[in-house]
Amino acid sequence: MITVQVRLYATLRRYRPEVKLGESLPMELPESSTVGQLIARLGIPTRVVKNIFVNHRQQGPEYVLQNGDEVAIFPPVAGG
Amino acid sequence: MSTSRDLAARLRPAATSAIGPDGQERRLVTLAAVQRIAQQTGASRREVEIAALREHILPARYERSLGTVGWEGQIKLLESTVAVVGAGGLGGWVIEGLARMGVGRLIVIDGDVFVENNLNRQALCTEGALGRPKAEVATERVAAVNAAVEVTVYVRLATAENMAHLLQGAQVVVDALDSLPTRLMLQDTCRALGVPLVHGAIAGYLGQVTTIFPGDAGLRALYGDVVPEHGIERQLGNPAGTPLMVAAWQVQETIKLLLGSGEPLRGRLLLLDAEAGTAEIVKLG
Repeated sequence: MITVQVRLYATLRRYRPEVKLGESLPMELPESSTVGQLIARLGIPTRVVKNIFVNHRQQGPEYVLQNGDEVAIFPPVAGG
Repeated sequence: MSTSRDLAARLRPAATSAIGPDGQERRLVTLAAVQRIAQQTGASRREVEIAALREHILPARYERSLGTVGWEGQIKLLESTVAVVGAGGLGGWVIEGLARMGVGRLIVIDGDVFVENNLNRQALCTEGALGRPKAEVATERVAAVNAAVEVTVYVRLATAENMAHLLQGAQVVVDALDSLPTRLMLQDTCRALGVPLVHGAIAGYLGQVTTIFPGDAGLRALYGDVVPEHGIERQLGNPAGTPLMVAAWQVQETIKLLLGSGEPLRGRLLLLDAEAGTAEIVKLG
């Protein structure tokens, strides 16, 4: 198993309301899990996810997670 | 038409001496003197200010910018053209900031009029401006803040057909739009024109800023190629502080690009989450 740290932003926080603002959520996953599988585990519909950053670098849902990765998940932000 | 020599001859006796923060004596020229010389010579306020700076006479209005931008920098700003696409939440504050910095020419593009729900956050929206075109109100605001700044206004929506034409002459373009398809179109146009684009977007307490150079993946890395019209701002709205927070960074990015100083947020996205109290930089693409 691996553990990754997940941060949800704005409207995505409602999927894990127990997580305190500004803190990350540790998630245990089987080895070789992808970001897409992580998002499914969190119960977040893919259509509300726009951007995924792993260790501060943009990645797609196919990215294979490593133990200790920091994952930030964002909805689309487009207002002006 | 007056030559720069005429302007210099009128500016020198109009200048007053003052001690700068470095303890050195410096020459200043007041707003009233700049206005008078412009009127007497038929030169524009912008031309008079540039002539003053070339004579090492500082228009007093830029005294507190000088330490950051310098003499040559202030001349560069007055000789620059920036296009601001969208004069709403982000655009209003960006226009205000660029006018105060003395960016000499602004192109403002917005086809909308002010409505009541703009009052909570848009710098240019006042009760008296309701129903009036945003771009037109922007011209008045710039004239009130810094009449040396020349504004070209387009009260129309930016479209694929007109965009390149409207942006002609701009050295930097600011993305202050609220529609994703139009933002992508703007990036493509800036790429074709070979000018950098300063992107900002907001929703709720969240804001993001990045600077896109021609050829960078930019917004396509961020949003993909097929985009909806809007994002989560439809649910969360935009409180007053969020456009200010992002527009401030867009102004800084624009000034740095014009001056060729500092490190632009290129290939990097600044994410400001005021709700969680975090600010972070992530790498794009």
